[in-house]
Amino acid sequence: MAASPAYGEEKGGSSSLGEPEYGHDPASGGIFSSDYKRHDDLKEMLDSNKDSLKLEAMKRIVAMIARGKNASDLFPAVVKNVACKNIEVKKLVYVYLVRYAEEQQDLALLSISTFQRGLKDPNQLIRASALRVLSSIRVPIIVPIMMLAIKEAASDMSPYVRKTAAHAIPKLYSLDSDQKDQLIEVIEKLLADKTTLVAGSVVMAFEEVCPERIDLIHKNYRKLCNLLIDVEEWGQVVIINMLTRYARTQFLSPNQNESLLEESAEKAFYGSEEEDAKDAKAEVASLAKRKPYVMDPDHRLLLRNTKPLLQSRNAAVVMAVAQLYFHLAPKAEVGVIAKALVRLLRSHSEVQYVVLQNVATMSIKRRGMFEPYLKSFYIRSTDPTQIKILKLEVLTNLANETNISTILREFQTYIRSMDKDFVAATIQAIGRCATNIGKVRDTCLNGLVQLLSNRDELVVAESVVVIKKLLQMQPAQHSEIIKHMAKLTDNIQVPMARASILWLIGEYCEHVPKIAPDVLRKMAKSFTNEEDIVKLQVINLAAKLYLTNSKQSKLLTQYVLNLAKYDQNYDIRDRARFIRQLIVPTEKSGALNKYAKKLFLAQKPAPILESSFKDRDHFQLGSLSHLLNTKAVGYQELPDWPDEAPDPSVRNVEVPEWTKCTSREKRKEKVEKPFYSDSEGESGPTESADSEPESVSEESGSSSSSGSSSSSSDEEEEEEEEEEGSGDEEEEEEEGAKKAKKKKAPQGRKGHAETSSEEASASESSSSGSNSGSEAEAKRRKAPPSSRTGPKEISLLDLDDCDHPPPPQPVPSSSIVSTSLVTDLEGLTLTDTSLAPALLSPTFGAVRTYELLHRMAGEGLSVEYCFSRRPFPGDPHMVAVQIQISNNTDAEVKSLRVSEPKPLSGMRIQEFPEIERLAPGDTASVVMGIDFCDSTQAANFQLCTHTRHFYVSIQPPVGELMAPVFMSENEFKKEQGKLTGMSEITEKLTLPEKCRSDHAIVQQVTSAANVGRVPCGADNEYRFAAKTVTSGSLVLITLERREGTTAQLTVNSEKMVIGTMLVKDIVQALAQ
Amino acid sequence: MIHSLFLINASGDIFLEKHWKSVVSRSVCDYFFEAQERASEAENVPPVIPTPHHYLLSVYRHKIFFVAVIQSEVPPLFVIEFLHRVVDTFQDYFGSTNVGDQLPTGQLSVVPWRRTGVKYTNNEAYFDVIEEIDAIIDKSGSTITAEIQGVIDACVKLTGMPDLTLSFMNPRLLDDVSFHPCVRFKRWESERILSFIPPDGNFRLLSYHVSAQNLVAIPVYIKHNISFRDSSSLGRFEITVGPKQTMGKTVEGVMVTSQMPKGVLNMTLTPSQGTHIFDPVTKLLSWDVGKINPQKLPSLKGSVSLQAGTSKPDENPTINLQFKIQQLAISGLKVNRLDMYGEKYKPFKGIKYMTKAGKFQVRT
Repeated sequence: MAASPAYGEEKGGSSSLGEPEYGHDPASGGIFSSDYKRHDDLKEMLDSNKDSLKLEAMKRIVAMIARGKNASDLFPAVVKNVACKNIEVKKLVYVYLVRYAEEQQDLALLSISTFQRGLKDPNQLIRASALRVLSSIRVPIIVPIMMLAIKEAASDMSPYVRKTAAHAIPKLYSLDSDQKDQLIEVIEKLLADKTTLVAGSVVMAFEEVCPERIDLIHKNYRKLCNLLIDVEEWGQVVIINMLTRYARTQFLSPNQNESLLEESAEKAFYGSEEEDAKDAKAEVASLAKRKPYVMDPDHRLLLRNTKPLLQSRNAAVVMAVAQLYFHLAPKAEVGVIAKALVRLLRSHSEVQYVVLQNVATMSIKRRGMFEPYLKSFYIRSTDPTQIKILKLEVLTNLANETNISTILREFQTYIRSMDKDFVAATIQAIGRCATNIGKVRDTCLNGLVQLLSNRDELVVAESVVVIKKLLQMQPAQHSEIIKHMAKLTDNIQVPMARASILWLIGEYCEHVPKIAPDVLRKMAKSFTNEEDIVKLQVINLAAKLYLTNSKQSKLLTQYVLNLAKYDQNYDIRDRARFIRQLIVPTEKSGALNKYAKKLFLAQKPAPILESSFKDRDHFQLGSLSHLLNTKAVGYQELPDWPDEAPDPSVRNVEVPEWTKCTSREKRKEKVEKPFYSDSEGESGPTESADSEPESVSEESGSSSSSGSSSSSSDEEEEEEEEEEGSGDEEEEEEEGAKKAKKKKAPQGRKGHAETSSEEASASESSSSGSNSGSEAEAKRRKAPPSSRTGPKEISLLDLDDCDHPPPPQPVPSSSIVSTSLVTDLEGLTLTDTSLAPALLSPTFGAVRTYELLHRMAGEGLSVEYCFSRRPFPGDPHMVAVQIQISNNTDAEVKSLRVSEPKPLSGMRIQEFPEIERLAPGDTASVVMGIDFCDSTQAANFQLCTHTRHFYVSIQPPVGELMAPVFMSENEFKKEQGKLTGMSEITEKLTLPEKCRSDHAIVQQVTSAANVGRVPCGADNEYRFAAKTVTSGSLVLITLERREGTTAQLTVNSEKMVIGTMLVKDIVQALAQ
Repeated sequence: MIHSLFLINASGDIFLEKHWKSVVSRSVCDYFFEAQERASEAENVPPVIPTPHHYLLSVYRHKIFFVAVIQSEVPPLFVIEFLHRVVDTFQDYFGSTNVGDQLPTGQLSVVPWRRTGVKYTNNEAYFDVIEEIDAIIDKSGSTITAEIQGVIDACVKLTGMPDLTLSFMNPRLLDDVSFHPCVRFKRWESERILSFIPPDGNFRLLSYHVSAQNLVAIPVYIKHNISFRDSSSLGRFEITVGPKQTMGKTVEGVMVTSQMPKGVLNMTLTPSQGTHIFDPVTKLLSWDVGKINPQKLPSLKGSVSLQAGTSKPDENPTINLQFKIQQLAISGLKVNRLDMYGEKYKPFKGIKYMTKAGKFQVRT
């Protein structure tokens, strides 16, 4: 698709600063016609201290975006306000960011830290919105940050935040599909979530990221079925559609036994007999093989729990249940959906359109289902044409011997409609009824013949086409009609109709021996003026007459063929040549000539008039693909039922013993109202409200709710299965559960949300039994309770603990808690003083140089630069850049200097002193200082000589934005302990052969980044420390060698962007 | 799901766009405009249009197209229903004066559809039972099809977290129901009682369909005599509206509209009451009748001038009828009682009934 000019401009918007662009949209240009001038006041307003002004500016900017105007040049001015305290301003800044971050990736990175702070906010709404925006910023470099944030949010205590985490998964996946494996882990975790709020969103993520991983559903299947009714509407649709697919892979067809009878009965109507016989045989064969069918209780559970949703006010939900029943229910039960679908016909016309398409498909397979609602498909003159035509389709599908007279009477009214397209469709429909129902064939035919005298040519033409098809079924009896139609050639102009008449006369020329040659005579006369399809039929008619009545038509045929021989259309010329060879006997014509008559006048089978909706149900109903009748992008095939049912026990979930607690405890838990309308009864409007056992298991189940969570009525049924299903795993599970229970006890009246998140983590730790680190983790889990003071804090700490890989050598958590602000500051001042120049000399050999100005571009002047890694004298916040200027020209270069530095917001440049003259062949070396503000944004400036200006820019590798810090092992550990969670980035890597020695590793790391080595006791670990030049934030690097060639790199820094980029650079350096 | 959304007004300008994922150029709407041109009428634009790289799903409301851009498989109703919900929200939002300045709080309440801390000085709950008659009446005046759709719209302004139950005298009348998510389905299944914690403010509690076994009373009839003669370029037009089964109530707000055939040039008509307009461009006749007085039936009479030289139109126009009857639920549905639990105060309760014409057509 070609991008519009507007789009192109938007892309390049940042360079063409504030250029107006209304050309494409004059209508809305009026109000904002002076946008580009006003951008300055917008900037001013954004810079002001008043929130009201900022808000006004943001409103105007967002309005511009909504109108499709380019507001990208305001990016720096807007992004500054991301940390604004005013929540309304903030929201609008978010809207802006999400829109333009992709175009201004570097600047967008400046805002990341705000979101990272937001992710830690005590307010769940702010946490969620920070994650939402962070995940909507399509900047590939922050992928690891997003991944971390999602992981963290997935175990947030607020279900709302967890829901947002689920929403973020598909966004990250679309940004970087390499993250799939990690995302699947998160999905798996969230699938086990027990809140209704999360269920729909995580299933959505599942469908987008890993729909093929049906195995992830097993353990959650029953829970999803049971939660379903309380999930929000949109989530219901997604879950139902997914479960439909799931059920098709796990259960047996409920119709395998009865299909034989019904199907063949219905098929006889449409399909040819051979097909039927074949099918029937196959079915008999397969029937014999099968055992008596018993529906899997899980299959029944799904049908039972979705049925009430047919009563939903949401058309999409009703449709989802309808398709589920259509694809999964026993035939006898599918009928229930008809009433609900008919109800949807009272909704908006777009809803009607979609529902009718699906009803059309269903009504072919299950006609009986909609028959009682026949009248609901009657057409009103006020219906849009596309709705009328779909209703007509359904009416035609529903027509049978008993209702055909009513339907035909209704059709008669339609034929007199003012809507001609609809009339044409009605005529087609009559034709279909006539072919399908033998008893009304004559009636229909007579009706259609009457229409031949209609005043509207389109009506006549359509009738001709349909009559032609009908006559083919029994031509002998209808020579009168053929004669009548022959007369029409004088008047009717519609090419398709003329062609149809000519074909009819040719085909049945024996029934109208007198008229046929006369028609040919007339057509020969008008041949040159006819449309192509008519010409082809004239040739056809001529050929047939030549074969049957050559005496009268020989000359005419020759004449027509001669005309055709020189026709402009090559198809017609070809046809004429071909036919001449075939019918006119010559010496060359050979053997085929004998068979010409057989070829042309063979008995032709009558066309089958069938619905275009036939067999469309191989697409999942309700899907886009079904509606378009082609496979849409991302469509998941609906699998065929398996022949043998897969093992049903995969869905069994072990019930920890403590769920069978006393009824008193149950009641107590009931009393504590949940934070959300989860599984809990009080708020739940429906089913689960009445089922106590469910809510209990929901509260407590350590992996996922099990059979016991089904509603009370069917509990007994499933009890048995549960007991069988609990295997050896149970013990382990139980242990974890007990632990969880112990922890829960002192927490008293906490909200449900917290409890459940804690449980989620409990289950996580117990399930990761095989991991090597699990022991340590378990120990750690035991330790914290002693130091816990308040329940809130505990759960937060808890989250941090279990969600990140433990720091290399876990610090006792008590020390973290006790670390006061004072020690914090002390640490910082300490490291500050250790910034002695002596220590900072580069610890590596070769300094990498970069080109600033190429000899060619600089017209003989070439400039290179390198990062000297020495402190810049005079300003410790600047990075020293050593610049080497060589004069390769023949002349002296004078007054070399930096001018017009254009630093981005906050960036500062300390120019080097002017070089007065540089002789040819000489090289000068100078040092300049740049404060990059801890960002990898390029510093742009001009390099001037006495004659020329060169635009140049220096972009620092992230490793140069820091200076080494020397600290002791203990200090290092202490600082690292403070920088966990979001500030910690971990990456696994494989060390190449030449990079396995201590020396090589240290060399590579220090060459990639300006860091200092920290002594370390363990010999498989390397530690480095540095702090960023501008803000002095610590950057701690740990490289731990594992067995073999693998290693784990950990970077701790509160500057997440820097951390992320640094990890990338170091990994790259080590891989070389 | 939805990638981008474009709003297009009657004159074909894209006046609003919103992108949830990457930016899709508005030129994608060209496919929509093409389809719109082919469709001739707005309501015939296909709601789903495939393009080489996207799918365009649209709804048309208030003379505005809401066009959603989709990139991969999604249930079309999901998007369409969502778009309609968006329009409903716009309608609510722009209709009311109090524009929310707060972060949304609704989703964090114990009950997702009701915010916490609701306070009113006057606690009141009003319920409107509104029934619509959809009918097709044939030329001779007999009913081809007629059915009743009903809704119960509520306006509930109650403090705190009230739990309401609403019961009917004759719940069996309700054949097919669909509920607001607040209604507890199990209670309905077992007791035929609507039990719910209401949302705050206006909402639709229930939609229902009255079972087809019950004969539908048709409250009005139309006598018509419309003829186009072949010989002259003049036709006759005469319609009279009268009350039929109104249960003793007055029929008001009567409005007759009819789409005349293309061949009709103009109409010269005299109404016995009310006002009428014939638009010679769209050929739409509308007659605002008002109340029906059984003693003096309203009528509209006159002549139709047809295009000279052409033959008479084949088709006769269909008459669409609108009317209202206050204080009556035509199905006979009656609310038995409304009770409130969970709060201590005494609310003011009110129930209103009304019957309206839905899609009510008379074929001539």
